[in-house]
Amino acid sequence: MKYKKIADFWAFIILLSGSAFMMAPFVWTLSTSLKDRRNIFELPPKWIPDPVTFSNYVNVWKAAPLLNGFLNSATIAAFVLVIGILVSAMSAFAFGKFDFPFKNALFLGLLGTMMIPYSVVMIPQFVGFSRLGWVDTLLPLIVPGLFGNIVVIFFLRQFLSSSLPNELVEAAKIDGCSFPRIFWTIAMPIMQPALAAQAALSFMGIWNDFLGPLIYLHTPERQTIQVLIASMQSMYVSSSNYPMIMAAAVISMMPVIIVFIFCQRYFIESLAISGIKG
Amino acid sequence: MRSGYRKKELAWIYLFVSPPVLGFLIFGLTPMLFSIWMSFHKWDMLSQPTWVGLANYRDLLQDERAYKAIFNTIYLMIGIPIGMFLSLVLAVLMNRKIPGITAFRTIYYLPVISPIIAVSILWQWILNFDYGLINNFLWYTFGIPGPNWLGDPDWVKPSLILIGLWSGIGGTMVLYLAGLQSISSTYYEAAEIDGAGRWHKFAKITVPLLSPIHFYVIVMGIIGAFQSFSQIYVLAGDGGPEYSGATIVFYIFQHAFKYFRMGYASAAAWVLGIIIFIATLIQFKLSDKWVYQE
Repeated sequence: MKYKKIADFWAFIILLSGSAFMMAPFVWTLSTSLKDRRNIFELPPKWIPDPVTFSNYVNVWKAAPLLNGFLNSATIAAFVLVIGILVSAMSAFAFGKFDFPFKNALFLGLLGTMMIPYSVVMIPQFVGFSRLGWVDTLLPLIVPGLFGNIVVIFFLRQFLSSSLPNELVEAAKIDGCSFPRIFWTIAMPIMQPALAAQAALSFMGIWNDFLGPLIYLHTPERQTIQVLIASMQSMYVSSSNYPMIMAAAVISMMPVIIVFIFCQRYFIESLAISGIKG
Repeated sequence: MRSGYRKKELAWIYLFVSPPVLGFLIFGLTPMLFSIWMSFHKWDMLSQPTWVGLANYRDLLQDERAYKAIFNTIYLMIGIPIGMFLSLVLAVLMNRKIPGITAFRTIYYLPVISPIIAVSILWQWILNFDYGLINNFLWYTFGIPGPNWLGDPDWVKPSLILIGLWSGIGGTMVLYLAGLQSISSTYYEAAEIDGAGRWHKFAKITVPLLSPIHFYVIVMGIIGAFQSFSQIYVLAGDGGPEYSGATIVFYIFQHAFKYFRMGYASAAAWVLGIIIFIATLIQFKLSDKWVYQE
């Protein structure tokens, strides 16, 4: 029993010092963003800014159309989340609860697409979308997402197989319930926690996506927040204006951190479930 | 009557599964075939594409930078086993009844969800040669002059690995924690009766029973490493000093969207695709030998 107490104590100490290492970059960023540009080169570095100034945030907000960046990122996320996840839920329901010709071939084929790296399809997709005149619009980032995502389908199908009993589907059929109604009134409510988990994960993926938006979006007003921040970085790093860059980084992190803190349970659950089952 | 219902049902089923299938045909298969075609052509998207046969592949095999990019990408995978070890240690420590577990979990997980661009930007400042936090810490605490992390070709890759560890271990840790909690205590009780010590129980029960998670982390880690791009774009603008930070995807990106060599970049993308495919296949083959199945 005594051993256990001592071990718990050391575990706590190690975790605590590890947390310091994990948190230090965030705290340092916040601290730099609140410093005056002249004070960042003080040695040894000071953690607490003196004087504290918010002018970097004001300047950064003026220097780039960050509000547009947020709106563009949010537009992509809204369309892909609402339509893409609904579509994924529909096919997960069909794949998980019904038999039909070519079912396994189709499903395995879709799973195989997970093996295609984005860099292989990125160039031909760019050529195609530029023919359509979609470059410098959000469409190339939205439209492919509307067709559902095999990772989400796989996850939801696993979820349905353990939480929606086949007998329930059969009983509903006998009662004359139509296929779409079974989906909408029985399967959807059951899938709710899994849908929330997938929505939370997808939101992070879309919000933090960089390569796609970088290729397609060229006008600052049409760029996503990540592309805007990255171009600010290359602009200010040469002049060593670190407080400005750090303020921009803090602004771009805020939404995800807020979403994470409110939906933490969903993230960690879904990550754990998809990891073990995957 | 029944068969009428079944017919209707089948129609609905095919309607429900059609979007992802269509999506695959439009945004997966067609681009892939087009990309094969492009890889045999020379094309800048402005003039007409000209057939060059295997010239793109030949040039690729002769470009020293392509080899550097492949080497760098594989070098960065050193971070995978280090990250697995650290995450497992953290997960074991957290799998105890000690105060503040939820807070710890949140803190370690925070870098995982942070946008990679912001993460790269903040590490660029922390790794700054003269004024960065790490070099100042080394100097004022131990009197060691720190390296020029992102400016020295020998230190760029270790820097990238360090950043990768910081932003990745929280995710792997959560996976291991879930795995640890699903191991039945009967295994440990049986081992205790046989007189197994703590270390033995860990090495002979915990580690092997977590093998599906080891496998998942390795497969996803390798696929992820082969695709790494964003942090390179921010931290090593033109591929870093002596191209020491460029990865394969960065190389492809440069050729496609900087030099507009669409055919050449497609050839490079296919080489990457085939490397990923073979690497994943090998892992699945090997997994029969060591991954524990219930």
